[in-house]
Amino acid sequence: MEDQELPYVLIDCIEGKHGVYKDHLGFLKKRFCLITMKEYLENKEILSKKIRAIYMWYHKPVIDEELLRSLPNLKIVSSSGVGIDHLDLKLLSRFGVKVSNTPFAVSTDTADFGMALMLASARRLVEGYQMAVSPDTEYFPGNWLGVKVSGATLGIVGMGTIGYKVAQRAKAFEMKILYHNRNQRNKEEESAVGAVYCKKIDDLLQQSDFVMLAVNLTPQTHKLIGKRELELMKPTATLVNISRGLVVDQDALMEALQNKVIRAAALDVTYPEPLPRDHPLLKMKNVIITPHIGSATEDTRRIMMQDMAESIEAALAGLPVPNEVVL
Amino acid sequence: MFRGRAFGLLKSLHLMGSQPNLPHKLIHPALTSHVHHCQKRRNVDYRQSYNTGPTSAGGRTLNVPQNKVMAEQELPAVLILDIGGTQGVLENLVVLLKKHFRLVTMKEFLKNKKEMSKKIQSVFVFECRPTIDRELLESLPNLKVIANSGVGVDHLDLKMISSFGVKVTNTPQAVADSTADMGMALMLASARRLVEDTEHFAVDWLGVEVTRATLGIIGMGSIGYKVAQRAKAFEMKILYHNRNRRKMEEEQAVGAHYCEKMDDLLQQSDFVLLVVSLSPETRKLIGKRELGLMKPTATLINISRGAVIDQDALVEALQKKIIRAAALDVTYPEPLPRDHPLLKLNNIIITPHIGTATVQAIRMMAEEAITNMLAVLNGQPIPSEVVPK
Repeated sequence: MEDQELPYVLIDCIEGKHGVYKDHLGFLKKRFCLITMKEYLENKEILSKKIRAIYMWYHKPVIDEELLRSLPNLKIVSSSGVGIDHLDLKLLSRFGVKVSNTPFAVSTDTADFGMALMLASARRLVEGYQMAVSPDTEYFPGNWLGVKVSGATLGIVGMGTIGYKVAQRAKAFEMKILYHNRNQRNKEEESAVGAVYCKKIDDLLQQSDFVMLAVNLTPQTHKLIGKRELELMKPTATLVNISRGLVVDQDALMEALQNKVIRAAALDVTYPEPLPRDHPLLKMKNVIITPHIGSATEDTRRIMMQDMAESIEAALAGLPVPNEVVL
Repeated sequence: MFRGRAFGLLKSLHLMGSQPNLPHKLIHPALTSHVHHCQKRRNVDYRQSYNTGPTSAGGRTLNVPQNKVMAEQELPAVLILDIGGTQGVLENLVVLLKKHFRLVTMKEFLKNKKEMSKKIQSVFVFECRPTIDRELLESLPNLKVIANSGVGVDHLDLKMISSFGVKVTNTPQAVADSTADMGMALMLASARRLVEDTEHFAVDWLGVEVTRATLGIIGMGSIGYKVAQRAKAFEMKILYHNRNRRKMEEEQAVGAHYCEKMDDLLQQSDFVLLVVSLSPETRKLIGKRELGLMKPTATLINISRGAVIDQDALVEALQKKIIRAAALDVTYPEPLPRDHPLLKLNNIIITPHIGTATVQAIRMMAEEAITNMLAVLNGQPIPSEVVPK
């Protein structure tokens, strides 16, 4: 049978809220024998030795020490998306398992989405839509205003691939661009987008009309934006988060929004996801929350899937692994 | 800075007294309702008489001439609908106006017509209010200029106003950036399904890409061109359709390809953006046939005027998934009746005509209108006069 020649790859499930997409199966099944978590648990004895890779689609299946111990021939965990804060890299390294992610596939869509959130928040698009369709609306009031994006100052915290693509887009809106990053980019990169380096994040916070978070989540960036940082921001400023919920001290953010310390927030990411339905952030008019859709387009998800397959194939062939995450 | 029209000599006329040519008629109170909406789109035939170029950048402070400090009574009188509230001129704009003009609200005018009617030399039209009709024009014998806040003047009967010897001005510079931004905001929000309610965080909640998609801009004036500049940064392929083709340098600067036939643009675009002014030629420009030419994966975005689209045809196209989605800042009327089918669709975003609704743009529009009014009253070159064809 063909299947016996293809490498065995563990996935969580197919279709449904978290599963591998039906229209990705054709591509994957040509290369791998896919084993769902359910199938694995039903037939552990035989399957545990065969599984050589885990295809981790949106943080599932969850990987713990128990699972790693029961998969002696596991070579690689390929994770979708760029964030790897959900993985215990030290643990995986101990078991000699490689890790890969998909940083470049997601970068463009996430940058687009950062721009989408910034524009939607500035122009009160969601509120406006609700007014336009509300059964109670009789007329459109004249004294209903947002704030400008063109010509405003954008402060990008985290100028990696995604942050830089945001800068490229914002430049076309004639925005003044400040950035804060662990390392300063080189002069050509800076002048290509007209970005000014702020060694101290405080300087960026004090001058920006829009603060966009595009860092990865690490112990250093955990609660990077707290009460102190929010108070440094202008009262007319907007916070946009396309990184991870934990980069922001959520309680401090709530308080800042309630007390009008900042004007508004637009978050594609929260902690947890989704927020409990009675969470105060969900009730605030000056907050836009989207369900972590920064990379949610058909084309990008397909590229992510292909990148992941490529990483798995390379690892199993003993070749250099594209998009490998090294400790 | 304004690019003034090529006037040879400055007119040396001072503010004129009463115009003897206008008939003096008995005026009965014509304006009973103070709530006017920009719903009545008269069949006006007009064309903007100035050039709009791609070099105007937003965010500049317009030079408003500084008058000597004059007693309020000596300042020229401007008629406005009202101050404050949800229908009147915003309070911070009133402050700007009062530096140069004596403000007369419609209420004050109607109470004291005999005295006020001769004094009023200009009308500041804010959000299409007050409505300018024949009766009002007849009751303002010394009216020189109607200054519109905003660039669209389809709510004004230009021929009729012109027949009274009154000039009309608009604010093309002030609106350009904010409206272009709104076009981009709507395109991104629609493509990425930003507005839709989600019950769950489903991994298969997918939108369509904006970067590297094809954008077709119908109407490549100031606003359309600024949209192109922004879209270029998203590596979009840009097609455009316009009455006239732009210069090669302008096209190359944004990577835009001219489609002489609108059909070509419709067939190739992933996003179709309408940025034309409303005229007899553009009324129902997008109808059943045009929607049928669009890709089934395409999105229609309207930041021009509701009447540019055949709304019934759009409802059908969205229901039958002939196109993927629509995002409209403008409809006909505004707001739509609450039982309108467009409100029930889930593949549509509607916003309440907020293309210029920013703190900064509203202020710039007032400043641009003030500059226009002063130019007319002082007999100087008028930065943005609108002349009927």
